[in-house]
Amino acid sequence: MGFFGFKKQKSGQIAKDRLQLVLFQDRMNTSPQMLEMLKSDIIKVIASYVDIDEDELDIRIGGDPACGEESPSLVANIPIKGWKRR
Amino acid sequence: MAEIIVVTSGKGGVGKTTTTANIGVALAAAGKSVVLIDADIGLRNLDVVMGLENRIVYDLVQVVEGVCRVKQALIKDKRYENLHLLAAAQTKDKGAVSPEQMVKLVGSLADDYDYIVIDCPAGIEQGFQNAIAAAQRAIVVATPEVSSVRDADRIVGLLEAANIKDIRLVLNRIRPELTKRGEMLTLSDVTDVLAIDVLGVVPDDESIVTTTNRGEVAVAEAGSKAGAAFRNVAARIVDENVAMLEITSDEKFIDKIRKIFKKS
Repeated sequence: MGFFGFKKQKSGQIAKDRLQLVLFQDRMNTSPQMLEMLKSDIIKVIASYVDIDEDELDIRIGGDPACGEESPSLVANIPIKGWKRR
Repeated sequence: MAEIIVVTSGKGGVGKTTTTANIGVALAAAGKSVVLIDADIGLRNLDVVMGLENRIVYDLVQVVEGVCRVKQALIKDKRYENLHLLAAAQTKDKGAVSPEQMVKLVGSLADDYDYIVIDCPAGIEQGFQNAIAAAQRAIVVATPEVSSVRDADRIVGLLEAANIKDIRLVLNRIRPELTKRGEMLTLSDVTDVLAIDVLGVVPDDESIVTTTNRGEVAVAEAGSKAGAAFRNVAARIVDENVAMLEITSDEKFIDKIRKIFKKS
């Protein structure tokens, strides 16, 4: 991404990012199905503590060099509706 | 005692057979005695790339089946008498030979040659297992594309699992002008993810097409850039200390000349 955010990213960089991601998934043996299972397990655990917005829940394997992420990582964005009374 | 090298890639069409043929001729030109084995049973191609397709009498499967002796099946190259080809069978399939039979076959040649280079079929099934069974070293050929590097990564894992520790990369068909513009995966992009040593880099070059059309190899062509790159790869197989040939774009070369003229 360019400085102003509209400069087209070079395809070599895009290829590199895609390559890193696909190899990470290959090596970890992660598949979209596994991510779905992980997602539902995380929902189960977290939902017992907080009210979360399940529809907006986003879990993916990241590793965006633009964000300073060097190696692939598991990125979860879980919007909270409210804390549960305990 | 021969060094036994398998040329492999996982993905098809990245230049395994071309690499095998060019390395073979370059090693022979350097005075080494070489046998090239086409392990792609059912889809033989190395004979055509070497321009030896009309000379084949016996093939690998016939040797394994005991129809002929291995020396009878070796075809002498047109150019170098210290270079030989053992062709794959065209009519049989991959199941016709077992990894144990390949080990025995290669072992029977090991005493008489300096290098045995095995051209591996694409894929990771039995043909691959046959091709790597006897190998001590592996050359993984990849092109700077996501699909090719992904397959190469899988192959490296399988080679390591088979206890082949000396695994080196030949990055084929690079286009320096695209790399320079940031529109192609670079050598370091590829080595970063594969984490194996680099044997060489070969440019995408028309001379590969024109020489292969004639049943000749680029290393025999003095002006061929890919040929020079493959000669360098062969030199680095023989001696690790030989420096790697750097591939630069034509533009850059012209720029250099312009600079020289500007200075004077």
